[in-house]
Amino acid sequence: MEAHVQIKLFANLKKFLPETADRYPIAPGISVKDLLIQMQVPLEESKLIFVNGVKSAPEALLRGGERIGVFPPVGGG
Amino acid sequence: MTLPSLLIDEIANRAVDRKLPDGSPYRSLSLMDSLQLARRYDLMGWEVEIGALENGVVPERYARNLHMMSPEDQVQLLQSRVSVIGLGGLGGAVTEILARIGIGRLSLFDADHFEDSNLNRQFLSNLDEVGSPKAEAAAARVGRINPSVEVHAAKVLVGRENAEALLRNSDGIVDCLDNIQTRFVIEDAARRLGCPLVSAAVAGASGHLTTVFPSDPGLVSVFGPRDAAAEKGSEASLGCLPQAVTFLATLECSEIIKILLGRGALLRGKLLTADLMDNTFEILRLQ
Repeated sequence: MEAHVQIKLFANLKKFLPETADRYPIAPGISVKDLLIQMQVPLEESKLIFVNGVKSAPEALLRGGERIGVFPPVGGG
Repeated sequence: MTLPSLLIDEIANRAVDRKLPDGSPYRSLSLMDSLQLARRYDLMGWEVEIGALENGVVPERYARNLHMMSPEDQVQLLQSRVSVIGLGGLGGAVTEILARIGIGRLSLFDADHFEDSNLNRQFLSNLDEVGSPKAEAAAARVGRINPSVEVHAAKVLVGRENAEALLRNSDGIVDCLDNIQTRFVIEDAARRLGCPLVSAAVAGASGHLTTVFPSDPGLVSVFGPRDAAAEKGSEASLGCLPQAVTFLATLECSEIIKILLGRGALLRGKLLTADLMDNTFEILRLQ
């Protein structure tokens, strides 16, 4: 069965957001890191990763149905 | 704090009966009376206002807070000292709100002067003050909004060597900095002083905010290990839009006020993220 995730990229990373971000197809078992590589999101910029509202490591594995949020470093004020 | 009994009598004599728009009665002390009594008794305005509140009289400038904050709450704020580090986009709006809500003592720090490019977002900047120190403008602004607030404003770069001394005696610290590395320095000082810290950061139309108590893991869970953290983030290319900095500044004040009052939900161990372009607001777990 096809699996999907919802992806949200913040600030500078927004330009890498695919058009199908709300329902992005994945191969179940893929890591967040590999997903970001697949989307051509620079890993060195992907500092803060959330899966289903909880901070996660880039190595976290996805099954499908997750919500993923990624922040680059942000320090302005 | 013991105030002269003559002052308490004068407050009672000058107080007048008023009603809130919903008809609730209260005894009111006018702004001018607060200021005159402070001068006459050589006290700070916040001390006179505490004297009024503790004797059943509400300084008129805080009257509309009454149903949200009790006289005891207002006393708690007037007795507090909050330090604001950085007086740019975040810090300007934070200073404005904290002065209006009636934090009794504000310590305000920024080493910079205003530039033309600050005018898009920094509330303390205006045409007359381009080229002036931000700390000076902040002190002047607080004086115009609420002269009862005791202001300590310093044109100083807060760093490793002076942070602890500058922030001593704070009941809450608001991180309004424009770079990542100094935030860790502030957090170290806050931890050593046992003081809660509220920290926000902005880039473009998005940003995030967290609250750190001394026993919390803190900013490392937001920015990663400090040795690997950059100096600047996305804001270097995206800038900071005024609606985003002001939004995050408002949330910083909300956290500080709840910390001082000891009630309400705090963002400890959590990161509130906001993106104003697509209206996404989320509270994420950091641990």
